[in-house]
Amino acid sequence: MTELPLIGGAPVAVEPHLGGAKIGVVTFPGTLDDRDAARAVRLAGGTAVALWHADTHLADVDAVVIPGGFSYGDYLRAGAISRFAPLMSRIIDAANSDAKLPVLGICNGFQILTESHLLPGSMIKNDHLKFLCRDQVLRVENNNTLWTSDYEAGQEITVPLKNQDGQYIADDKTLDALEAEGRVVFRYVGWNPNGSRRDIAGISNAAGNVVGLMPHPEHAVEPGFGPESNAGTDGLGFFTSVLNKIVGGAQ
Amino acid sequence: MTTSAETVGKKFNIDTVENAAKTPDTELPWAELGLKQNEFDEVVKVLGRRPTGAELAMYSVMWSEHCSYKSSKNHLRQFGEKVTEEMKKDMLVGIGENAGVTNLGDGWAVTFKIESHNSPSFVEPYQGAATGIGGIVRDIISMGARPVAVMDPLRFGAIDHPDTARVMHGAVAGIGGYGNSLGLPNIGGEMVFDSVYQGNPLVNALAVGVMRHEDIRLANASGKGNKVVLFGARTGGDGIGGASVLASESFDDTKPSKRPAVQVGDPFAEKVLIECCLELFKGSLVEGIQDLGAAGISCATSELASNGDGGMQVELTSVLLRDPTLTPGEILMSESQERMMAVVTPENIAAFEAVMDKWAVEYSWLGEVTDTGRLIITWEGEVIVDVDPRTVAHDGPVYDRPFARPSWQDSVQADTFTGSVQDAGRPSTSGELAAAITELIASPNMCSKAWITKQYDRYVGGNTAMAFPDDAGVVRVDEETGLGVALATDANGRYTYLDPYHGAQLALAEAYRNVATSGAVPMAVSDCLNFGSPEDPDVMWQLAESIRGLSDACMELGVPVTGGNVSLYNQTGTVPIHPSPVVAVLGKLDDVARRTPSGWKEDGQAIYLLGTTAAELDGSEWSNLRGHLGGLPPKVDLSIERQLGEILINASRDGMIDAAHDLSEGGLAAALVESALRYGVGARIALEELLERDGVDLFTALFSESQGRAIVSVPRSEEVRFKDMCTARGFAHLRIGVVDAAGGKLEINGVDELSVDALNEAHEATLPKYFG
Repeated sequence: MTELPLIGGAPVAVEPHLGGAKIGVVTFPGTLDDRDAARAVRLAGGTAVALWHADTHLADVDAVVIPGGFSYGDYLRAGAISRFAPLMSRIIDAANSDAKLPVLGICNGFQILTESHLLPGSMIKNDHLKFLCRDQVLRVENNNTLWTSDYEAGQEITVPLKNQDGQYIADDKTLDALEAEGRVVFRYVGWNPNGSRRDIAGISNAAGNVVGLMPHPEHAVEPGFGPESNAGTDGLGFFTSVLNKIVGGAQ
Repeated sequence: MTTSAETVGKKFNIDTVENAAKTPDTELPWAELGLKQNEFDEVVKVLGRRPTGAELAMYSVMWSEHCSYKSSKNHLRQFGEKVTEEMKKDMLVGIGENAGVTNLGDGWAVTFKIESHNSPSFVEPYQGAATGIGGIVRDIISMGARPVAVMDPLRFGAIDHPDTARVMHGAVAGIGGYGNSLGLPNIGGEMVFDSVYQGNPLVNALAVGVMRHEDIRLANASGKGNKVVLFGARTGGDGIGGASVLASESFDDTKPSKRPAVQVGDPFAEKVLIECCLELFKGSLVEGIQDLGAAGISCATSELASNGDGGMQVELTSVLLRDPTLTPGEILMSESQERMMAVVTPENIAAFEAVMDKWAVEYSWLGEVTDTGRLIITWEGEVIVDVDPRTVAHDGPVYDRPFARPSWQDSVQADTFTGSVQDAGRPSTSGELAAAITELIASPNMCSKAWITKQYDRYVGGNTAMAFPDDAGVVRVDEETGLGVALATDANGRYTYLDPYHGAQLALAEAYRNVATSGAVPMAVSDCLNFGSPEDPDVMWQLAESIRGLSDACMELGVPVTGGNVSLYNQTGTVPIHPSPVVAVLGKLDDVARRTPSGWKEDGQAIYLLGTTAAELDGSEWSNLRGHLGGLPPKVDLSIERQLGEILINASRDGMIDAAHDLSEGGLAAALVESALRYGVGARIALEELLERDGVDLFTALFSESQGRAIVSVPRSEEVRFKDMCTARGFAHLRIGVVDAAGGKLEINGVDELSVDALNEAHEATLPKYFG
């Protein structure tokens, strides 16, 4: 296990009573948002545990976040190499097991989840062919997943979006199935920033424990360091959702 | 093809030191490598014999203008000489290292530096700009710091020139492609279009890093017996300027002959290198460290050795190669990216290798530190370099190039905008003034730069408290206390063309003002001096005057220059660019939560203009729009700038202002529109009192670029306190309006009403119109 070198001390959690729950944050070579994801976990009240891609065990974490970045430079295809990391095998097994380990993939993490076949579909280059960084409005289409239960169904939230390969694609049959099963978890509102099919920003697996999305909730957890709308903390709900489920489930 | 050094070595006619001593009359390609006759003679004198091919390669790159600062050194000294005790107080590491280090307090230190990557970015905009980011970030890592942000001041040719789109798309994609992959937020920069940069675009890059005091690292090789290691990417044939001439060393004409002189970047390798180095620092596993940038291994070995206390012995066949056909000279000159060299004690070797293995970074042990005072490089044990490293790294030629005030300077300064043919039909009616404001804020230099900045990740790291288009980029350093830094870069080539001494001071004044506007206390300066050929006495005068002006101004403002870079020969034929000293100022915020953004938010807040306005339109953006460049730039009054800075900083600290925006290019008109567009909140403005007090007309009040000014928005509850503070300090302040959150309009008495939506559309449309 690797220790994440941080700058400065840890900010104070908003829900300290959730501190018993441990959320693993995976670092691959080229991962960029691992410190941000760990901060989000701490701010939500949980304990962030650093996981290294070469680890062969999950360190007894209660949930896992696969953060954004350019793992292995995205040189072959975003997420294509990372899915073969030893730790990913453990994560895939745990996510598919009866225990249904909660897994959240953000941006590059989402791409890794589709490459790992934990989620269907794939991501290709944005339709406008450029990297795009903006504050993005999303609609929470399904608040019954482990990562979205603290939101209202239909709630609109603003979190940063920043990617080059963010266009979600899948065949119509898959898309129809996702819609029918309520597995479209987030949709872009107002403007589709990358040409994603049916404005899809994030999806879940059938059990609702694995969620992937392109925008970055971990960049919207602290006032003054996120989007300028809604205090900039709309992303915190992802982390409090799963922490409340874990702590609540344990009680 | 084989990578065995033993086999490869046999392909070369290795020019050993012994051979060089025996064959004094061998012809060497020194002229093709860029050395002048007197410089080559000096090399022979220093060595007491002709150089070997490898030595010639080293001297030629290290004595180049880029590495040796031979034309500017005599002038740059002023940055070290004009330093007061006040300026030294917080300087932990000064000029001369990879980057200067400034004390932030609480045990924190910050290091930052700005550099140019101009020529490569013209030849190959994507890779040129990308590796510009890569190089400056490695400078920051070399100091022991974690890089936390980047910025990029850009200057391109005319916006409608067909080649500008090539440079624009390439450079912006390169900066984004590389910087975004490193996990470094891009927090600001500049974008200027001017036909003077058509064949010489300026791509400057700034990086800032933070560290604890105890983590500061220097580039020196000390301690006899310590090991020298090269790690990161393999060495390839990229970035060898004069590589082709060295092909004469080779017997084998099947080797690839044409290699790119522009380096090719691998941001993934750099990201891994950052994390790997920080882990090395954390474990105190390296004694000295140096990044490989310009001049590659030549630079790293000679600088490490000459900054240390002894010598160094290196076996060159130990270098891991991407291309096994490289000659010793090419290996020494290669500028392959993402490489570092470090000095490691024997007892730390195992721990060092464990870190490398964890991050899957390749490394090779090249040799060791010696006490001979010599840098000795061998090829399969045969000595091919035997030099005093100081003669390579520090004792290069220094020139007192002739300079003289250009003969045309007086006539340029006499040609003022007011009364010129370009000034005919100056806007005066309310309709004309409204149209002029719209034209100004839609113009290439004043329009929204969102097309660029949205291609950069501003969020990564979670510490970005402010970014473009606010006046300065602000990054949190300590999450517990909120301690942070603010950064701004500025330059105005037009001002500097009209008056290099004051133009450079104006660049500093604006960057200083931008930092203070954000609420931060300015602490240190880094500069990137972009000029034409120093062999032209006119250009040399511009350079000399700019350095003199900037160093004088730094002393007066009490901010030391901690590092920087000089880029010369930015000219096409005999036509140089405008002298463009880009000045970066770093400031400190005790708590970034107290930063001041540039946009208005709260309805009913009072808008104050700080400072006074004179008729100063020469060199202005308005005169630029009318195709005029002449006269004298706005006056610089550094004591006013200092007072204004103190007011802005105190007002921010004590919560007296909610928004602040400095006045610079485009004057009050641009500042009002930008403050309105930041959050889409309008205002009602009345300037009658200002016109009366300063004796100017409405057009001048709106478009003059007088310095030492800022607009602030003050909550009603703070108005008395704010006014009292300005009065007590004797600083000109005037209430010019009130924020109007509901109206959606910018109303200025005497100017037709401007809707915020229409202004926004005009402001945003320009770059997409040209670049898609």
